[in-house]
Order: sequence, then C-alpha cells, then structure tokens
Amino acid sequence: MSSPQSFDPKAYWSATLKLLATTMIIWFIVSFGAGILFRDTLDGMMHIGGYPLGFWFAQQGSIFIFVGLIFWYAKRMDKIDREHDVHED
Amino acid sequence: MDLKTLTIIVVGLSFALYIGIAIWARAGTTKEFYVAGGGVHPIVNGMATGADWMSAASFISMAGLIAFLGYGGSVYLMGWTGGYVLLAVLLAPYLRKFGKFTVPEFIGDRYYSQTARIVAVICLIFISFTYVAGQMRGVGIVFSRFLEVEITTGLIIGMGLVFFYAVLGGMKGITYTQVAQYCVLIFAYTIPAVFISLQISGNVVPQLGLGGQMGDMYFLDKLNKTVTDLGFSAYTTGSKSMIDVFCITLALMAGTAGLPHVIVRFFTVPKVHDARLSAGWALVFIAILYTTAPAVGAMARYNLHATVNSSVASGGDMFAPEASIQGESRPDWMKRWEKTGLIMWEDKNGDGRIQYYNEKSKNADFLAKAEAAGWKGNELGSKKADKFVGTVDNDIMVLANPEIAGLPDWVIALIAAGGIAAALSTAAGLLLVISSAISHDLMKGVFAKNISEKTELMAGRVAAAFAVAIAGYLGYNPPGFVAQVVAFAFGLACASLFPTIVLGIFSKTMNRAGAIYGMLTGLIFTLTYIVYFKRDVLLGMEKVPDSQWLFGISPEGIGVIGMLLNFIVAFIVMKMTAPCPDHIQHLVEGIRYPRGSGTAQSH
Repeated sequence: MSSPQSFDPKAYWSATLKLLATTMIIWFIVSFGAGILFRDTLDGMMHIGGYPLGFWFAQQGSIFIFVGLIFWYAKRMDKIDREHDVHED
Repeated sequence: MDLKTLTIIVVGLSFALYIGIAIWARAGTTKEFYVAGGGVHPIVNGMATGADWMSAASFISMAGLIAFLGYGGSVYLMGWTGGYVLLAVLLAPYLRKFGKFTVPEFIGDRYYSQTARIVAVICLIFISFTYVAGQMRGVGIVFSRFLEVEITTGLIIGMGLVFFYAVLGGMKGITYTQVAQYCVLIFAYTIPAVFISLQISGNVVPQLGLGGQMGDMYFLDKLNKTVTDLGFSAYTTGSKSMIDVFCITLALMAGTAGLPHVIVRFFTVPKVHDARLSAGWALVFIAILYTTAPAVGAMARYNLHATVNSSVASGGDMFAPEASIQGESRPDWMKRWEKTGLIMWEDKNGDGRIQYYNEKSKNADFLAKAEAAGWKGNELGSKKADKFVGTVDNDIMVLANPEIAGLPDWVIALIAAGGIAAALSTAAGLLLVISSAISHDLMKGVFAKNISEKTELMAGRVAAAFAVAIAGYLGYNPPGFVAQVVAFAFGLACASLFPTIVLGIFSKTMNRAGAIYGMLTGLIFTLTYIVYFKRDVLLGMEKVPDSQWLFGISPEGIGVIGMLLNFIVAFIVMKMTAPCPDHIQHLVEGIRYPRGSGTAQSH
C-alpha cells in the first residue's frame, strides 16, 4: 500500500460507509418499501398510465432505479476516492 | 421453408458463431483460464455477466411464472435484479481489490484457514451443480421441442458445445461467447415482445405497452377484469403473504450477490473502479429483459384467455356456450404443444368446447354461474405423468408466445436459439467456477501445492470436462428436485457464502472460527429446512403441510433466516475464540481502498 502521508483511512472508510448506507436505504425503499410493504397504499394512491403505483414499483420502477443507483454510487465513490487520494492511476 | 428447417438454420448459425469465438479466444495461461487475463472492459464484462446471469429459467420460465402469479411474480423481478446493488456496494469492488482468482480463495485467505476454504468449496460445488443441472435440462428441452430430437441428442450437442469453449477457452472463451449469447438471447426475447405489445396496445415499447391502453380501457384493468371474471385472483394483487414475499425477495437478492459464478465475473475487469461500473452495466443489460418479462407474461396470459374464450376480447358474456372455443377448431400451436404435454385439453363436460377458468375460485357467485352454464371443471391444463393437471405449464408462455400471437416463423426459430443461448451461457459460467474450485482451490491451494502452472491449467481443463459430463448426466437423469433447484441454489448462497464474504470485508475482527461455524450453520439450517418442506418432491415422502412453515416463510425465502443465523453464530463464536491476527486485519484494511489494485494475481 503506497498511501500518501495525508491519507486518513478512518475518514475514507467513514465516507464510504456513509455513501453505502444512503445507497442501501434507497435500495430498500424502492423495492421492499414501495414494492412490498406499502404497495397497497401506493396502488390506491395513484396510477402511472395503467400501472397502479405500487405494482409499477414492484415490476418496473425498482429495477430502473437500481440501475441508476449503481451508476450514481460508482460516481460518488470515484469522487470519494479522489478526495482521499486513493484512486487508481 | 418449413419451421423445423428454419430453426435448424438459425440455431446452427448461432452455434457456428460461438465456435468461431471459442477458437479465437483460446486460453494460454491460468490467468486467462480463470479471469480472462484480467483486462475485460467493464461494458463487455457487463454484457457477459448478463448472459452468465440470465439462465434458462430467466429466459424460458420467468415470464410464465409472472403470467400466472401476477403481482406475486414481482419477487423474481426485484430479487434477481436488486442483488446487483448488493454486489456493487458490498462485494464486487472489494473482492476485485483483493485480486485473486476464486471465491473460496478469498475466504481461505481472509479467514487464514484451509478448512474455511474447503467449506467454501463445498458450498460452491453444491450451489453450482444444482444450478447447472437445470441449465442442461433446459438445453435438452429446447432441442427436443423445437427440433423434435430426443432430449438425449439435444443434451449431447449442448454438452459438446460447452465442452468446446469452456474447456478450451476457460474464462476468456466464455467471456466472449457470452457476449455473443447475450446478443442472441436479448434479440430473441425482445422481438416477440415488441410485436405483441404492438398488437395489444399499439405501443412499440413493451414496458410502456403494459401500462398502455387497449381500446378504451387500460390493458392492466382489462386483464384484471378478464381474470377475475374467470374466477382467478386479480392480476395486480397477489396471493402470497407479505412476509413471504419480503423474505423470498431478500433471499433472491442476497443469493444473487453470493453466487460464485456471478462474483468471479468481476475479477476479470482491470480496476476497482471498473468493478463498480461493471455491476451497473450488467444490470442495464439484465434490466432490458427483466422489465420486458412482465409485459410478455401479462400479454401472453391475456392472449391465452382471449384464444379460448371469444367473449374476453368482445366483452360479451363469458358463460355463453358459443363463447368457448370449439375443441376441434383450437389453433395449431395448441395441437403442436400438446405433444410436449405443456398444454392439454380434457373435455370434462363433453360439450366439445374448451372452458378455461379457476374451478377453485373463492367467489361463490362465480362458481354458481359456471355451474349454471354447464361447466364441469377447468378443461385447460398440462400433462404430468400422463395425467391431466389443471395448470398450464409456465414455460409455454415464452416458448409458444410467438405462435399464440401469430408471429412469423423466423421469430419462433429465434426463440429456440435464444433459449439455448441463455442455458449454455449460464452452464458455461457455472462449469468454470466448479473447475477452478477444483484445480485452483483444492489442488493448487490444498492438496498439490507444487504443481506447475501448465499442470494446473491442464487440471482445470480436465475438471471442466468432468463437470460437463456430470452436468450432462444430471440433465439427462434429473433427480426429482430439478424444478426446486432455484430455491436450493439461492437459499444456500444467501445463507452461506454471502454473509461470510460480507463479514470478511466489513468486519476487521471476524475470525476463523466465527466464519466457519457461521457458514456451516447457515448451510445446514437452510438445507434442512428446504429438504424437510420439499421432502415430497425430494424423497418421495408425505408432504409436510405449508401451515407448519416457520413464521410463514416458504422454503424459497428461508435463506434469509439462514443468513441471520450465520451472522449471529459468527459473532457469538468470534467473542469466544482467539481474535483475528494483526496481519489479517491489515489485509482487510488493504482491500478497502482501491489504489494498487493491479490485475488479478495467483499469488
């Protein structure tokens, strides 16, 4: 490990864990939350075209959001890596 | 040109493509054999991961499952995609930084224990073999149904092909053939979906078509009305309990993230940064199929009802005698697929017409009307062991879909090529992790440490060849549980490998004993629970009633409890045993930041 003097492993790891927690919360809300636990409520609340909202989250929306979420996470991690000077070349 | 010739040509062309790629991408070193040289572009790897991941079950069975489960099918949609979020944030980048060839190797090094490595190999082999048997079976079924050859012939051709590129090319050959297979399978899946969406709701995009309008009402409302009018439960609500839906979804997610053949794909990219991105790309390619599947399922379900009962489309009286189709004039596709037993008509009331409805409906009003109309039970189902079973086989929803919708023959031929591509790509990925577990983890790692790279490469090839043979045998002579393998593989991965790897990365203090006991607890608990509640299919014993399920969780979802037990046992044992040595804590520290990743190393 050729980490520079300024590298603070604790700060880097806590920034990483914070982003991880945010990502996992969104992951949980769009699938288990909107698609399962609160599906009935959402279904009754509104429709997207012909889709009841909760059903849409369960069969379409959660998947689209997962895709966006991973790219967003990857981008934010790149930023954290650079800020703490641990990025690859 | 007739359908059979056309199918042979399309499937043959796809095979020629795979063989060409295999010859071009031969592996010369163990590094190429295990991780494709470590220089695969993240988008290419994402595409290969998509094909690796989407199995015969995703391609052939999933849309049908959704068609008949409606909302309940969401567990597969969310479960088999959400796992990639877990992979991207919890596993892939860190395992890539660790920079070795196999999953058991990580577990062995992280937990400084050959025993842990061997336990991981056992979990891996168990998971991968149950999974691969299903794939080979899928190859055989597609062959026999579309090309009208014996299942055995189909199996042998499939085995020969996988043998050729997995054994010759290793991970390198597999990666590039998987890219080609992804293109074939996604093309084969989306083309019919686009046509059907156009027919039903006039929308080119199936994802929009499913939420679109059909005539003057929304398609999903129309479908809900149709199925409830026929006594089934509404499409957009489900019949599974919430806790079960929750647990199955979570078990499939964590199981996905813990499947060794998926994890190793992330060892092939050059950098940690690429591993994260690659998980995103993999999910893009997977999402194309997974968001199309609900449309295929729902529309195929509608088409099936509309074919059998003309009042479905016209909005007339479903119970009118002339609404039900006459058995004699049932469409050709139905007659053709009756040969396979996937669909079967039994004229229970002897009126020469087909009545397809839910005879076990809880709606007394509906049952009274059905009886008044002279319906004497559901007449459309499938054939199992030469007997009529009142449910149409799931697989027909994809396999016969183009025919149900009246699409041209070349689309049908494409489905055959796509189904084979999906099964072969997954089988190859699984066979590779089995062979590397044997040649790299057991031989090079434990029993014959001094073998040269050349010998190890040869051992890998021999192991792959043996694995192909065993997989072929399991596909030909499947133990009764092939249909249940999904529950096994995911539940076991969720309860054994996933928690142990996560602890290895996120806990610096987790020690050898904790990991081993945790893994064994998760594995044994989950295995026992599944076998106990599936003993009717597995052991031919009397079925245990579902009412005895622990907390109402089905065997498909029990991996979640196995995972919790794994975590709990691991922490308790850790507190009671010798702490994790300093140099391992440094190793864990090292995999947490990306710099200095290099490419995957054998030592």
